[in-house]
Amino acid sequence: MAPVTSTRRLLAGWGQTSPTVAEFVAATSESDVRATVEDAGPRGVLARGLGRSYGDSAQNGGGTVLDMTGLSRILSIDATTGEVTAEAGVSLDTLVRVLLPLGLFVPVLPGTRQVTLGGAIAADIHGKNHHVEGSFGNHVAAMDLLLADGSVRSLTPQTEPELFWATVGGMGLTGVVLRATLVAKPVESAYFLVDTERTRDLDDLMARLQANDDEYTYSVAWIDLVARGASTGRAVLTRGWSARADQLPRRLRSRPLHFAPRTRLTAPALFPSGLLNKATIAAFNEAFYRRAPREERGAVQGIGQFFHPLDAVANWNRVYGPRGFLQYQFVMPFGAEDAMRTAVERLSAAGTASFLAVLKRFGPGNPGLLSFPTPGWTLALDIPVTPELGRLLDDLDDLVLSAGGRLYLAKDSRTTAEALHRMYPRIDEWRRVRDRVDPHRVFTSDQAKRLSL
Amino acid sequence: MMDAVGDVQRVLVLGGTSEIGLAVLRRLAGRRRPAAVLAGRPTDRLDAVAAELRAEGHDVDLVHFDAEDRRTWAPAVEKAFAGGDVDVVVVAFGILGDAERAWQDPDDAAALATVNYTAPVTMGVDVAARLRTQGHGALVVLSSVAGQRPRRSNFAYGSTKAGLDAFYTGLREALRPEGIRVVVVRPGFVRTKMTQGMPAAPLAVDADRVAEAAVSGLRSGREVVWAPPPMRYVAFVLRLLPAPLFRRLPV
Repeated sequence: MAPVTSTRRLLAGWGQTSPTVAEFVAATSESDVRATVEDAGPRGVLARGLGRSYGDSAQNGGGTVLDMTGLSRILSIDATTGEVTAEAGVSLDTLVRVLLPLGLFVPVLPGTRQVTLGGAIAADIHGKNHHVEGSFGNHVAAMDLLLADGSVRSLTPQTEPELFWATVGGMGLTGVVLRATLVAKPVESAYFLVDTERTRDLDDLMARLQANDDEYTYSVAWIDLVARGASTGRAVLTRGWSARADQLPRRLRSRPLHFAPRTRLTAPALFPSGLLNKATIAAFNEAFYRRAPREERGAVQGIGQFFHPLDAVANWNRVYGPRGFLQYQFVMPFGAEDAMRTAVERLSAAGTASFLAVLKRFGPGNPGLLSFPTPGWTLALDIPVTPELGRLLDDLDDLVLSAGGRLYLAKDSRTTAEALHRMYPRIDEWRRVRDRVDPHRVFTSDQAKRLSL
Repeated sequence: MMDAVGDVQRVLVLGGTSEIGLAVLRRLAGRRRPAAVLAGRPTDRLDAVAAELRAEGHDVDLVHFDAEDRRTWAPAVEKAFAGGDVDVVVVAFGILGDAERAWQDPDDAAALATVNYTAPVTMGVDVAARLRTQGHGALVVLSSVAGQRPRRSNFAYGSTKAGLDAFYTGLREALRPEGIRVVVVRPGFVRTKMTQGMPAAPLAVDADRVAEAAVSGLRSGREVVWAPPPMRYVAFVLRLLPAPLFRRLPV
């Protein structure tokens, strides 16, 4: 077999914070993947998709990183069952575009469509519908996993539940997902009916979510973390459903499944970091809150507007400047509302400038051993890196731990192995499965080393 | 790997009893306790420092080398990296020497050049190769304002620091595409045991101030760090002064 060519490349997560150099191999076939895994040196190998995990999950300093985006064919679609089988490097953006005309929709969409199928499984991503429809792994019917010894195992939750649920949320450390079958859900249109409410403060927000969140398929709240005092935690809550064709206004009814996202703008490579400061962020947050209607029912929104406002700007991560930013996301169980309030108050008080902090209610988790979502409240926010940030977040980790919560691996870029292991009680179970299929830790990442996964 | 907020997991201090080197380690630690590899001569002082750091909660490995004995350099670097990835390497060893003997006694001059230049350059080459292999890492090297424009009073020392500074400034450029950072730290007069008994020069600082500047430079991506920061302007002026004027300065 011809050797697969590689280049040394500096790779970072979406937050741009801790780049490391690896041998970068652009795989275009299963045999490329197998050859790369078999040739992996002592520093191991990891599959990488579109690089949207924020921290160091998809980098492997000194080792090999497999670029999976060249394996992006859609292999089969069954329009009646909704089962779509595709190679792991296909993006959810492509899947949305291909499936919509058939009246099918990707069952779980995160805050961007620019993630791959393999990455979505590895991080067991979630979206606005988690509280009723679960996370990505819940909708995967089967996958082919290339193991450390080069063999390929076909996994389904029925036939190989252990390895399947160690791979869902397993951050690519059990093997390389080559192909997967996703069960898409039927939709009548590419639009959503959206209810918008402004809430006075955090208590008001959580009360509204507790009251009737389950009536909506999709639900998320944007919190203004700049607001202090009585308004601490004020939010804009948007919730909705996929629209039926007969619910659309007349002008959209002729092509209900039409989807044409706008041409993407690109943020400049050297965004002056001074533009993003407390004043501009406070102004942005104020405007975002004021612009939202106090209460609005049944507005019709497209996919981009409802799910992915930031996808319209490519490389929006650059606006945080060369020092980068991180995203902090945790979940705390129901009943820990006081701890959640404390967290929001601390973040507001610290004046950590943040765009778009979002709060959401999670529903039941799935059997994924390292899967993040568990029933409770999840808060996610972008924070530009500043000198005192490490200490603030270490303190928040303690708060999350004592509330029985956890951090999201796909976002983490700075917690400790000790804290992470305490947050994931099934991690030893996961390690046993991993050690069985990859005893020599061929699959590894900077994050895996940092957190002793 | 240095994480998103600048916390590290394993630090190598070449010159394991250096006050500035240890201050850098402690500044890097913050609330966490990275593992420390202390490299130095096998002395009671090194053992005492190790015990102190262990009491503070650090895992400590000791690696022995003698800056005057070339045969010990490469094995020390090898051993330091054998225990795992090193996130930050602090090059902190050096001697002041006897300024007058150092320009009159060939053995003194050679020893000063070996300890302050040849050893850190040779070890720097080894360290750089290992950082490239692991695909990440940073070097913090203790240069000196004395190397900016060597003065009559200690030009032999100044010349070693000038050479060291030039080497690591170049190494910084060579390693840049590899994502490996080199921070050159240029302190002025630092109150340490090395300078004990000497009259403190203007803008004198203590080791912790140097460490604070070095670590904040490391975290914010600066390439050269002056301690105290105004020292850069002093050095700038000193470099520009014509020799007849420079020689009359009382510093």
